[in-house]
Amino acid sequence: MVDILKINNLTVEYYTRRGTARAVDRVFLNLEENKTLGLAGESGCGKSTLGRSIMRIVQYPGRIVEGEILFNIKEDIGSNKRMIGRGEVNIVELSEEQMRTLRGKEMAYIFQDPMTSLNPMLSIGQHFTQLIEAHDSNIEEEAALERGQEILDSLGILPERITDYPHQFSGGMRQRVMIGLGLALRPKLLISDEPTTSLDVVVEAQILEEMAELKEKFNLTMILITHNLGVLAQTADNIAIMYAGRLMEVAATDVLFGDPQHPYTQELLKSVPDVSKPEKKLSWIPGAPPDLLDPPQGCMFHLRCPYVMEICGEVVPPLTSSKTGGTVACHLYTGG
Amino acid sequence: MTLRSYVVTRILMMIPVILLLLTLVFMIVRILPGDPALLHFEKNVTPEVLEAFRERLGLDRPIHEQFIEYLAGIPQGNLGISMQDYSPISSHIVIRFPATLELTIFSMLFAVLFGIALGIRSAKKYDTVQDYTIRTFGIVTYAIPVFFLGMVLQFIFAIYLGWLPTGTRFSLRYTVPTKITGLYTIDSILTGNFEALVISLRHLLLPSITLGLVLCGIFIRLTRTNMLETLRMDFVVAAEARGLSDRTVTMTYAFKNAFLPILTMIGLQFAALLAGAILTETTFSWPGLGTYLVDRIAHRDYTAIQGTVVFFGILVSLVTLLVDILYAYLDPRIRL
Repeated sequence: MVDILKINNLTVEYYTRRGTARAVDRVFLNLEENKTLGLAGESGCGKSTLGRSIMRIVQYPGRIVEGEILFNIKEDIGSNKRMIGRGEVNIVELSEEQMRTLRGKEMAYIFQDPMTSLNPMLSIGQHFTQLIEAHDSNIEEEAALERGQEILDSLGILPERITDYPHQFSGGMRQRVMIGLGLALRPKLLISDEPTTSLDVVVEAQILEEMAELKEKFNLTMILITHNLGVLAQTADNIAIMYAGRLMEVAATDVLFGDPQHPYTQELLKSVPDVSKPEKKLSWIPGAPPDLLDPPQGCMFHLRCPYVMEICGEVVPPLTSSKTGGTVACHLYTGG
Repeated sequence: MTLRSYVVTRILMMIPVILLLLTLVFMIVRILPGDPALLHFEKNVTPEVLEAFRERLGLDRPIHEQFIEYLAGIPQGNLGISMQDYSPISSHIVIRFPATLELTIFSMLFAVLFGIALGIRSAKKYDTVQDYTIRTFGIVTYAIPVFFLGMVLQFIFAIYLGWLPTGTRFSLRYTVPTKITGLYTIDSILTGNFEALVISLRHLLLPSITLGLVLCGIFIRLTRTNMLETLRMDFVVAAEARGLSDRTVTMTYAFKNAFLPILTMIGLQFAALLAGAILTETTFSWPGLGTYLVDRIAHRDYTAIQGTVVFFGILVSLVTLLVDILYAYLDPRIRL
């Protein structure tokens, strides 16, 4: 199996008036081609920042301060200043112009809230033509519009609605448009940042189903960012659990649900409600995630961990291979 | 609601506004202490002359008759006659207004273009030296009294450096361009008179920069605030994630959405612009409505003051109407 994306030692920081917050802290992650990686964690754990760093669209005052993001490109793309040769490129070192060639063409990003991710002043058609023209300066407006209509059609939206404006569509439809825009240029990597969180359950199921189909159809590699573990159970091949900017555990989906290694994963799974067992009392993890402006020493989770040991408050546990085939960052498994 | 019915409703809504305006101006002029006729002549006047004067202006008739006659005159463009020489005020306005219009157009153009350009720059360079410099510049120009700024610029560029004329609309040594619109710049372009165009632009430069600078501060701040807001919006980040150029993202996505509140402000600032024009015209001996009004005030010519103020008032409400219609036309969510 080929890795399409390799993240090594990635650190992203936000500079605020109160100090520096490490939203992503020395993350290592490999992404296999044609697989779906689920990135899960509580709100504010840095999963969106991690996703956005891959496309280098982290907003000010955030900055990638360290590490590399290696992206595997199959063929040469772009021209002149925007040219990127095939092979493994380090996204962190690309020029802004080169990044623009990659964005939308090789990798796409779908946002959480479809209600706010389309420009209210532009028609759906203008969204499509601008995307297509940005990556192919020779294409004619008509041809670009036609492409857009084909894509809408394939997503179950009437092609003639291409002249409509975002406010004339429902949330689910808008998210389909966003997916259409994301996949219009056949990217290899699709990062979906909670794509269904703001939709109702029925539409959520539909969209997830459609995304799974599209993934097969286009040979996509996907990163699915969510705080909903139920969604991941059905869609992801592998799951990475993040907490306070750090990776806690990475494992195959069935292994992670069946035999979670990290105490945080275990606690997290206990807090998922189960409809079939209404008598089961919901548990939650006592305490709150640490303040990233003033993080604790050692393991980020040690203040809430039921198995806390002395070393946990002193040394950051490294990611090590777990007995179940994944990786885990916990002193319970480092022999410490 | 279609755009046409919106426009019709909006025009109908203007009627009560203008009626109120007319009533207020009429009342204010009459509420002023003292007899306008007596005040106009100051001292040496025989009762016969005074009586004839009152009769000529209709001041001897009951107040409601005066009011009805005044109202009935407005739709026909009759704004009353001057106390000075019984000439119709509208004839003065026809002669003077093009000068004021030319000055206000150029000032507004300067204020809007310069203010928006600096505002966008300031937002894009958020939290840098450039941002601070532009913001300080905006506050300073906003706070400077317009006549003071006018005198300073006059002193530097006209008197000390001698680059530009100190005032008036045109050089006495040349004949003014043939009257078509009354705007010297437009008329000289229409008649192909290049020399006249240069002369009129040289005369326009200082007064319109003076008035424009004072007004641009508010556009800098407004553009900056709105741009900072829209630049952070999901659809802007989403556009960036699709690889669109920085220019497209800034202008078509961020600015297009930031522009509507700015458009409203342009309409609102029009009243301030006219007020500023009165002072600017006086500073630069600009033969427009502002100098006319100041001159009439000095002569206690109440009927002329009333007529000119009514004209200004109707002008402001017409501009507001225009802005509202433009707003409805530009925003697809209102367009319907």
